[in-house]
Amino acid sequence: MSELAALKQKLEERFVYLNGGIREQGERRLWTEVSYDLFFEVLDFAVRELGFNALCTITGLDEGEYLAFIYHLSQGGIVLNLKTRVVKDKENLRTVTGYFPGAAIYEREVTDLLGVKVEGLPSGVRYPLPDDWPTGQYPLRKDWDPKVLDQKGSA
Amino acid sequence: MDFDKTNDKDMQISIGPQHPALKEPTSFSLALRGEKIEAIQVKIGYNHRGIEKGCESRTYIQDMYLLERICGICSHAHSTAYVQAVETIAGLQVPRRALYLRVLIGELERIHSHLLWLGVAGHEIGFDTLLMYTWRDREAIMDLLAELTGNRVNYGINTIGGVRRDLTKEEGERIVKIIDHLAEQTKYYIQLAQEEVTLIQRLSGVGKLPREDALRLGAVGPTARASSITFDVRKDDPYAAYGELDFKAVSADQADVYGRTIVRLGELMEAYSLIKQVVKNLPDGPIAVRAPRKIPAGEALSRYEAPRGEDVHYVKSNGTENPERVKVRAPTLANTQAIAKMLEDRYLADLPIVVAAIDPCFSCTDRAIEVEGRGLMSWEKLRRYSIDWYRAQGVDFRNVKRVI
Repeated sequence: MSELAALKQKLEERFVYLNGGIREQGERRLWTEVSYDLFFEVLDFAVRELGFNALCTITGLDEGEYLAFIYHLSQGGIVLNLKTRVVKDKENLRTVTGYFPGAAIYEREVTDLLGVKVEGLPSGVRYPLPDDWPTGQYPLRKDWDPKVLDQKGSA
Repeated sequence: MDFDKTNDKDMQISIGPQHPALKEPTSFSLALRGEKIEAIQVKIGYNHRGIEKGCESRTYIQDMYLLERICGICSHAHSTAYVQAVETIAGLQVPRRALYLRVLIGELERIHSHLLWLGVAGHEIGFDTLLMYTWRDREAIMDLLAELTGNRVNYGINTIGGVRRDLTKEEGERIVKIIDHLAEQTKYYIQLAQEEVTLIQRLSGVGKLPREDALRLGAVGPTARASSITFDVRKDDPYAAYGELDFKAVSADQADVYGRTIVRLGELMEAYSLIKQVVKNLPDGPIAVRAPRKIPAGEALSRYEAPRGEDVHYVKSNGTENPERVKVRAPTLANTQAIAKMLEDRYLADLPIVVAAIDPCFSCTDRAIEVEGRGLMSWEKLRRYSIDWYRAQGVDFRNVKRVI
């Protein structure tokens, strides 16, 4: 059994609800999706038991009613792409800096560009938008139009 | 210490975003006690250009050229990481010859990037002779890239499904000649790094990043490898033709700026060897397969070992000609997290070389607002726009005398 298949099997054995929900892509990529209330138990298992000791980045996606986030966890050459969703403008994320202190900058990035709040994120300067960026404007949301920047009052 | 917990005994100073010592805009807020750094806060984001958003309204092939322009130094890193993701989604079998040629350009890029870094590092510690030597050598690679691809930077060699230019036998011979010359030069720099006392003492123990901190903060590339982390995407998650080539991931255990210098010098020697292997073993056959205009729905994550470390591209397609989402995580963003740790209990005078030692590239890091809808501006319009913008900020140039 390949290393990737073994990891997939361990995930499926530990979490029944992941059965049939994990996709292998090529030799070194796993993709799966969990609801947000189960997210931390899967993350915890992946980090502590399966050795995914690095977070490549967090990708944020605007899916209409929801905001989706993919946590790209790596263990050497293998990447587990763990996706989850929260209701847009209603639900918040909780920080993963307890597992990966370096994740702070990725969480600030999704906060600025997609407008999700991250509970427990240590204080710090915003990234990557400027300090005078108009409030409530989230450039990576699908309905965001750059023309708002040309309106009066926005520098 | 956290920057917001500093007290009035500390002197707070700002360096940047515009500062003669910085090659790109970054802002450092420092709390100093005497010459010692008590706390530091790094602000980046000044080069944010909205490239990720821009990708969503362009076709896959247009995006490749846009993403290549994220960075003027590691442009091939970004374009390759992106096309690999698209090729995975589309299920394209890229010809082996093309994969070898991608390695060739990628390693030439690593050489010119590392030689550039070595010069900058020399400059930061007052060793400008090293800057002159390495930048002279680097020109040979820039000229070579211009001959092979048509451009010194932003080579435009990639396309979805392969590469756009082939390599002739004569070009291969010329490459080997130049590489042999540079290998001799680099051996001299390695000898210098091993024997030159001033250089060793200035760099040793500066910018310490122990292995566990490098892991915890997610450092990548030569910055991480100098802290005994052997991870190299080319070895651990091989792409292009790296799986068929013989090389080693160079690492060091000094965990300081000196270690980062040793790693980059070692990587230069590995790059020369890789290039010679590519030229010698270049497979016959086509250099590209035809790619569809519309990419079927799917997603992929691609990693690439850029000169500064792991470059990550995520692409999501929706069956149309334009991607649904493109996400880029450049290596500097990962390494920026470690700067504060490296400067803990160090002196202000160490800041330039410690920051330089992660080989930061903030254009890569911030990527992302190319504002649409404003169109091209004429010089007069741009000047007017800037005057109005400053006036809105309370700065009026009306009373300034024009010299010309």
